[in-house]
Amino acid sequence: MALTGSARRSRATRVPPVVLAFVLVPLLAEGFWVFWPALQGFYLSLTSWDGLAAPKFIGLGNYSEMLHDAVFRTAAVNTVLWLLLFGGLSAALGLGTAMLLQKERRGIGFYRAALFLPVVFSLVATALVWQAMYQPDGLINNVLGAVGLGGWKHAWLADQDTAFYAVIVPALWRQVGYVMVLYLAGLKGIDPVLYEAAKVDGATRWQQFRHITLPQLRSVNAVVLSVIVIDSLRSFDVVWALTRGGPYHSSELLSTYMYSTAFQSLRLGYGSALAVVIFLLAFGVIVSYLVRAFREAD
Amino acid sequence: MTATHTAAPAEDTEVRTAPRETAAPRRPLLDGRRLRTAGFHLSAAALSALWLLPIVLVLVTSTRTFDDIAAHGVGSMPHSFSLDGFRQAWVDGGQQRALVNSMLVTLPTVAISLGLASMAAFALSRYDLPLRRVLLLLMLGGNLLPPQILLIPVSRLSEVLGIYDRLYALIGVQVGFGVGFYVFVLHGFMRAIPGEIQQAAVIDGAGPWQIYWRIILPLARPALAALTALSFTWIFNDLLWAITVLRTDSQMPVTASLIGLQGQYVSMWNVIAAGSVIAAAPTVAVFLRFQRHFVAGLNLGAVK
Repeated sequence: MALTGSARRSRATRVPPVVLAFVLVPLLAEGFWVFWPALQGFYLSLTSWDGLAAPKFIGLGNYSEMLHDAVFRTAAVNTVLWLLLFGGLSAALGLGTAMLLQKERRGIGFYRAALFLPVVFSLVATALVWQAMYQPDGLINNVLGAVGLGGWKHAWLADQDTAFYAVIVPALWRQVGYVMVLYLAGLKGIDPVLYEAAKVDGATRWQQFRHITLPQLRSVNAVVLSVIVIDSLRSFDVVWALTRGGPYHSSELLSTYMYSTAFQSLRLGYGSALAVVIFLLAFGVIVSYLVRAFREAD
Repeated sequence: MTATHTAAPAEDTEVRTAPRETAAPRRPLLDGRRLRTAGFHLSAAALSALWLLPIVLVLVTSTRTFDDIAAHGVGSMPHSFSLDGFRQAWVDGGQQRALVNSMLVTLPTVAISLGLASMAAFALSRYDLPLRRVLLLLMLGGNLLPPQILLIPVSRLSEVLGIYDRLYALIGVQVGFGVGFYVFVLHGFMRAIPGEIQQAAVIDGAGPWQIYWRIILPLARPALAALTALSFTWIFNDLLWAITVLRTDSQMPVTASLIGLQGQYVSMWNVIAAGSVIAAAPTVAVFLRFQRHFVAGLNLGAVK
């Protein structure tokens, strides 16, 4: 790395115009489709707009409306709950499966591929697969009936008390393999000498996990955390395909509420304000991700 | 050649751990050890079976008849075999056209975004551009934004441009939104290519375009392969951008058309399952064919 660094510095400082174009064209494409719309999004959150007449500037009116909006409160609480449950469980299960499947041995490729396969499905396809299982006459209720838990049978997606959790499960099913792959790479990076030394010192399995594995995985944990937070706040497809946020907003997330407010109720100003709230929730993670990227890019 | 190793960490470790594995059977097999191996396979197989169960179920459901499902329930064992669900999803449900739309969007988007991203990454990693780090992070930052903040302005922007409800709009926004991440990953990869290779080319009179096209791009092939596999599935699986800039059913890619199918064939689970199989088949094929690149790609994107 040091070699490349010094080589770069000794290179001529004059940059050929074609190289400038190499950067500017993609930058303009992103500016046109991302940065410029993002600025508009922030501005629109300060307006009242039905998409037909010109947007009317109303200052922080949309934000003060949120304070009294019960659906917003539900969606915000659900989003935080989603972040904790979906995030926490996918990290825990991802690490667990990675530890289970970390050693190279016979059959390991199959097991890993089985857990990873759902990652390549679209969330919509994932949702439909699970929707069939959640039906009143579907597999889950049949299994419950067969093992004598018939009393637990539910219309999982139609019940206000279960819809939210019923939507998390397919999302988890798809995410665990992804997190597992990240942790597998992290576990491979740990020097085996550390474990051998610990064994010589008589450390138990738990002590090895607690004092070697976890500290050594610190950088991977940071990666997983950002991936999970960013993915959680983006979660939309699976909820949209399964419940549209219902019944009675019980599985509503900020992302689904934003979409239906903007594109079904055509309250574009209020929808933009909801999007800004999502942005603020993601902001901390985005910044920390960029800080790590900045250090790495050095 | 140094480049290959960074993208394929899996192979290195396999080689490293192999001697320990072969050494084990030479010792007399202890019962405890055998028991532990059996326990491992038992739990790993159970876990895999649990994970594959929904996939098996959807495959089975897609080959049942509607009458069978109506009579015995969607969760029962199959009593019939028929590919009628596939025919209905493919022809009447519009999955065929939707799959074509998906390909018309996905293939150009992958090509354009990786083309543009590799150019930017090349310029940012191989030349002393002013503010290069700021530009790199700005581009990455754009990709990290929650898409919700962009939805309303992007749909309005495509209307103003006259490409609302056209596939061009979807290609445009997917390229613009994705390019920042690809630049970042490719920059990290290209930065590790030794400067001497480039200097030798400069002495031979090669211009920036030749260096990019003839030297850096071929050396970056492992990273490009990984990103191709990864971006193909991301773009192919997208729903949100599609339903934001498209309106007509005949324009929708396969994910959005699957939602249409869900509304159109309520409780005809054989058709819905067949539609899901059709929608998932291309990405599963990419995964099975390029599994190593795929996994490498996920790890390439992880900022340590």
